[in-house]
Amino acid sequence: MLLNQFLLLAAILFSIGVYGVIVRKNGVLVLMSVELMLNAVNINLVAFSTYHGLGGQVFALFVIAVAAAEVGVGLAIVLLIYRNRRSVDIDQLDELKG
Amino acid sequence: MTAQLISLFATETFEVPANIAFSIIAIFMVIAAIRVVTTDNVVHAALWLMVVLGGVGLNFLLLQAEFLAMTQFLIYLGAIIVLFLFGVMLTRAPLGRSDNLDNKQRPIGIVVGLLVLGLVSYAVIKTFGSDKLDFSAYDGSQAVAGNNRTQALSDAIFSQYLIPFEVISVLLLAALIGAIVIARRD
Repeated sequence: MLLNQFLLLAAILFSIGVYGVIVRKNGVLVLMSVELMLNAVNINLVAFSTYHGLGGQVFALFVIAVAAAEVGVGLAIVLLIYRNRRSVDIDQLDELKG
Repeated sequence: MTAQLISLFATETFEVPANIAFSIIAIFMVIAAIRVVTTDNVVHAALWLMVVLGGVGLNFLLLQAEFLAMTQFLIYLGAIIVLFLFGVMLTRAPLGRSDNLDNKQRPIGIVVGLLVLGLVSYAVIKTFGSDKLDFSAYDGSQAVAGNNRTQALSDAIFSQYLIPFEVISVLLLAALIGAIVIARRD
């Protein structure tokens, strides 16, 4: 197996995640796209750890933990937005726009 | 006879099935990822995301990172997908088809996505060319204890990476308390 096949798969997943973050309007779907990007990075870390020792796997574990925390806090924020505005359309959150 | 069998199952012959498995998994993952960002049904997006996350776990297995693969299956497929489905339920997202999930930035989204893909692919192909995976680093200095990679991983976490590990624990605790504080009705 080549190293590049994993890296290219991760690049494709990351780009799809970027597209989702830009295009999606629903807060929950934006968080799902962020998950896609985090998982792409995890594939990269583990693929490189075959060259550089187990540090890559350790940091992939850390990324999984941070992703869990991110989803928890992110969904809490989305829930609060829904409770205050009866909608999770993040394009309507433009009060900070000058 | 046994020597022939052993040589038959040596790393050279493992390449082909591993590559075939990778190709199938990768095709499924890319299709599922595209469905995650294009489907017009929120629950279907969560279920397609499950396919992608399972594929990432299978990729970890192909990369011989068994512990991470199991962690991926348990945490992502078991916990995070359920968390997403709870989020869908609690925000009363439309359960059927809905044409109000995308904004009007689709052209610029496609352009930016393709730019990122092109840039990263160019850099990766130019830098790593046709380097082969060798897994030698796994069996280097850290993995001598019984050649057990899970044991070597735990040794690495609890010796060399102990302080980041503790920081991650505190971060997780703070995030969970923060989520409760944010989402609590008062």
